[in-house]
Amino acid sequence: MTTESKPEKRPEMAKQLPSERRSNFEEVALGYNRHEAVAEAKRCLDCKKPPCIKGCPVGVDIPRFIRQIAEEDFDSAALTLKSTNSLPAICGRVCPQETQCEAVCVLGKSGKGDPIAIGGLERFVADYEMESGVAAPDLPAPTGRRVAVVGAGPAGLTAAAELAKMGHAVTVFESLHAAGGVLVYGIPEFRLPKSIVAAEVDFIRRLGVDMLLNSVIGKISTVDELLFRYDAVFLGTGAGLPSFLGIDGENLNGVYSANEFLTRVNLMKAYLFPEFDTPVKKGRRTIVVGGGNVAMDAARCALRLGAGEVTIVYRRGEDELPARVEEVLNAKEEGIIFRLLTNPIRILGDENNWVTGMECINMELCEPDESGRCRPVPVPETEHTIPADVVIIAIGTSPNPLVSMTTPDLETARYGTIMADETGATSKPGVFAGGDIVTGSATVISAMGAGKVAAKAIDEYIGGAVRL
Amino acid sequence: MPFTIREKQELVPTIHQMDVAAPLVAEKAMPGQFVILRIDECGERIPLTIADFDAADKTVTLIFQEIGKTTRQLASLDAGDSIADLAGPLGRASAIERFGTVVCVGGGVGIAPIFPIARGLMEAGNRVISIIGARSADILFWEERMEEASSKLYVTTDDGTKGHHGFVTDIVQNVIESGERIDRVIAIGPPVMMRAVAGVTKPFGVKTVVSLNPIMVDGTGMCGACRVLVGGVTKFACVDGPEFDAHEVDFTLLMSRLAMYLPEEKEALDYEAAAEPTI
Ligand SMILES: Cc1cc2nc3c(=O)[nH]c(=O)nc-3n(C[C@H](O)[C@H](O)[C@H](O)COP(=O)(O)OP(=O)(O)OC[C@H]3O[C@@H](n4cnc5c(N)ncnc54)[C@H](O)[C@@H]3O)c2cc1C
Ligand SMILES: Cc1cc2nc3c(=O)[nH]c(=O)nc-3n(C[C@H](O)[C@H](O)[C@H](O)COP(=O)(O)OP(=O)(O)OC[C@H]3O[C@@H](n4cnc5c(N)ncnc54)[C@H](O)[C@@H]3O)c2cc1C
Ligand code: SF4
Ligand code: SF4
Ligand code: FES
Repeated sequence: MTTESKPEKRPEMAKQLPSERRSNFEEVALGYNRHEAVAEAKRCLDCKKPPCIKGCPVGVDIPRFIRQIAEEDFDSAALTLKSTNSLPAICGRVCPQETQCEAVCVLGKSGKGDPIAIGGLERFVADYEMESGVAAPDLPAPTGRRVAVVGAGPAGLTAAAELAKMGHAVTVFESLHAAGGVLVYGIPEFRLPKSIVAAEVDFIRRLGVDMLLNSVIGKISTVDELLFRYDAVFLGTGAGLPSFLGIDGENLNGVYSANEFLTRVNLMKAYLFPEFDTPVKKGRRTIVVGGGNVAMDAARCALRLGAGEVTIVYRRGEDELPARVEEVLNAKEEGIIFRLLTNPIRILGDENNWVTGMECINMELCEPDESGRCRPVPVPETEHTIPADVVIIAIGTSPNPLVSMTTPDLETARYGTIMADETGATSKPGVFAGGDIVTGSATVISAMGAGKVAAKAIDEYIGGAVRL
Repeated sequence: MPFTIREKQELVPTIHQMDVAAPLVAEKAMPGQFVILRIDECGERIPLTIADFDAADKTVTLIFQEIGKTTRQLASLDAGDSIADLAGPLGRASAIERFGTVVCVGGGVGIAPIFPIARGLMEAGNRVISIIGARSADILFWEERMEEASSKLYVTTDDGTKGHHGFVTDIVQNVIESGERIDRVIAIGPPVMMRAVAGVTKPFGVKTVVSLNPIMVDGTGMCGACRVLVGGVTKFACVDGPEFDAHEVDFTLLMSRLAMYLPEEKEALDYEAAAEPTI
């Protein structure tokens, strides 16, 4: 190593000011400019045995694409990224990099400075590519094999893209009217603009993938019926079934599951009501129950709709918040109130069935439980009421059951997840699965990883091209 | 791919029939199921019951009443036009078995969804006594169809302009009290009507089923907008229903939840009115 010292800090990514962004749905983080990206890329040590690659669930060749940025060869950087990750513009924005690739970066580990801003650089390259026009992909000769993919979330889209690149004829069945899964109905515009998802989906269409929207498998066709028409089936149906707390008052008007609230706002564009037809309640005081990414997204959407006051109620402490640190920080900057170590007891309503508030109790953390997390217990006589006219329950989701309900010989585990081995193979021959439907709620990139692995296994299962 | 409207007619003032080309839905549809449609990019997703289906013709028939922004916009479309999205068949199918004697009650626009159920029950060998009611004779539709699909048909109007002067519940009461053995009642219509039917049959212990119509978004179990309380347990009407045991349903909750967006529905209509060209 030369004595030439590199800067220790990564450039801070420009963001919309909190005072402005709290009332619009435009993207919060604005991305690096060319100068910042090149400077940050030059900080990378181009390690011989780069640990960062192992930190990425799909194994992006991180040092290589970063070197190409440093050399200002952005087209090559884009090719490097796309060879392992078919949705870089999305991952660059929403991957929890701080616990994945960036967590193991040598620079951060050695205390020599910030880890390389891998996500920010990935986003830069993907956005550059999108602006300069994505080259039409070369398509391989058709194999004559047909694969059905159920669900157009990150898992299904990745599997579809990979299979199409192998020359198989792929049909995606998606129950909603738009492709993208959580990327379109859950994650808000200000974190992931829908035009970016649409562009990525369009790219996959150009690979020759047939996208059948409004097609609910289990209703319009069963998996068994798909197996008559296709050589294999991939299930990427996600974990979208909302959980409620099971406390009094949950059916009051003004109480939403996070999924309903976010679907109205993001997929149906209720923030543009009445130009768009779907309404959503704009509370004067909104309470969001939960501490994960979903809770942060719901709270920040509520704020942007014009709710005067938005409070997050979470039963554990700051350190236990499962949401990404960056998003918690963003939420705080925007003025979201955090009531930690607080647990709901019941939701209160008026005589017309409308929410008026929530009764809560203070919690304290005691000895860690089996999962290693501190178990919160109520502090006696600390009951109190928080006024609210909208309450959003963001305490998690479970697997969508429509497919397993209608496929009797598909093995499922205790909480309804579909059982699959490390290649994605399920108990049913010819049927593969991956993403949240197998793991329960996880991440975009892990779902993509599962889609990719399954695509390879499917290719092997169907045995390459049909002999003519 | 958009879904093309094959035929469209106004059955009676403000109630329309629309046959939409949807081959896969038509092939799989069963009585009691519904679709969710969205007219265009800006549209809301709304549920409508499949009132009839023709697998050979590859169409589903929808009957809807103009009540707000979306249903009015739908009414303005004609044969040859298309709607952007239509997903189905959703919900559980109605139980069609050989029950014995079944009373089918349809109120207002609820006559449409009761029709395929009555027909199915007839085909399954039941004696079907149908009771259809409307506010007035001029908004009563599908009388002949119901005649064909029933062993016996009663008509009621609130104002006495046709058939029995009064409510469908009067006839339900008479039929039960006539001493004929009734094995099952199925009622579809406005929540007040369904609640009233449940009230009439309960003392007699006659199994009664209603089809609930809460507000929905996805229709596949992913949002919980459609929660209803049945026997003290919260259910999602789109996947657990839409049919439930009438004697267990909390109708008060259903009705209050249906009123959730009243101010917004008015705002949507006002916005629409303001946008209309003034010629
Ligand atoms: C609000 C929110 C914020 C999140 N934020 C982040 C984040 O910042 N970073 C991150 O990495 N992860 C985040 N996640 C998690 C991440 O989005 C998911 O782990 C990921 O989307 C899972 O992908 P998937 O393809 O398995 O399922 P999904 O994205 O859920 O897609 C499943 C698709 O299948 C369709 N489907 C379901 N049943 C059927 C059927 N019967 N027939 C046809 N189609 C069907 C659904 O409509 C859906 O489109 C977030 C999740 C939520 C809800
Ligand atoms: C399973 C099911 C089957 C139905 N079948 C029929 C049918 O066959 N024919 C028919 O005329 N109507 C049917 N409905 C009711 C129909 O969906 C509503 O009339 C329609 O959504 C009103 O939309 P709008 O924009 O015209 O009116 P709006 O002004 O938006 O609403 C008027 C009223 O309709 C109800 N409503 C509004 N939005 C929804 C929604 N997304 N989902 C459900 N209800 C809503 C509310 O009570 C509201 O107060 C059914 C509803 C359900 C749940
Ligand atoms: S895909 Fe995600 S984890 Fe992998 S390198 Fe990119 S940001 Fe890191
Ligand atoms: S570990 Fe960090 S410094 Fe090393 S190659 Fe990866 S990103 Fe660059
Ligand atoms: S409509 Fe969303 S769960 Fe029933």
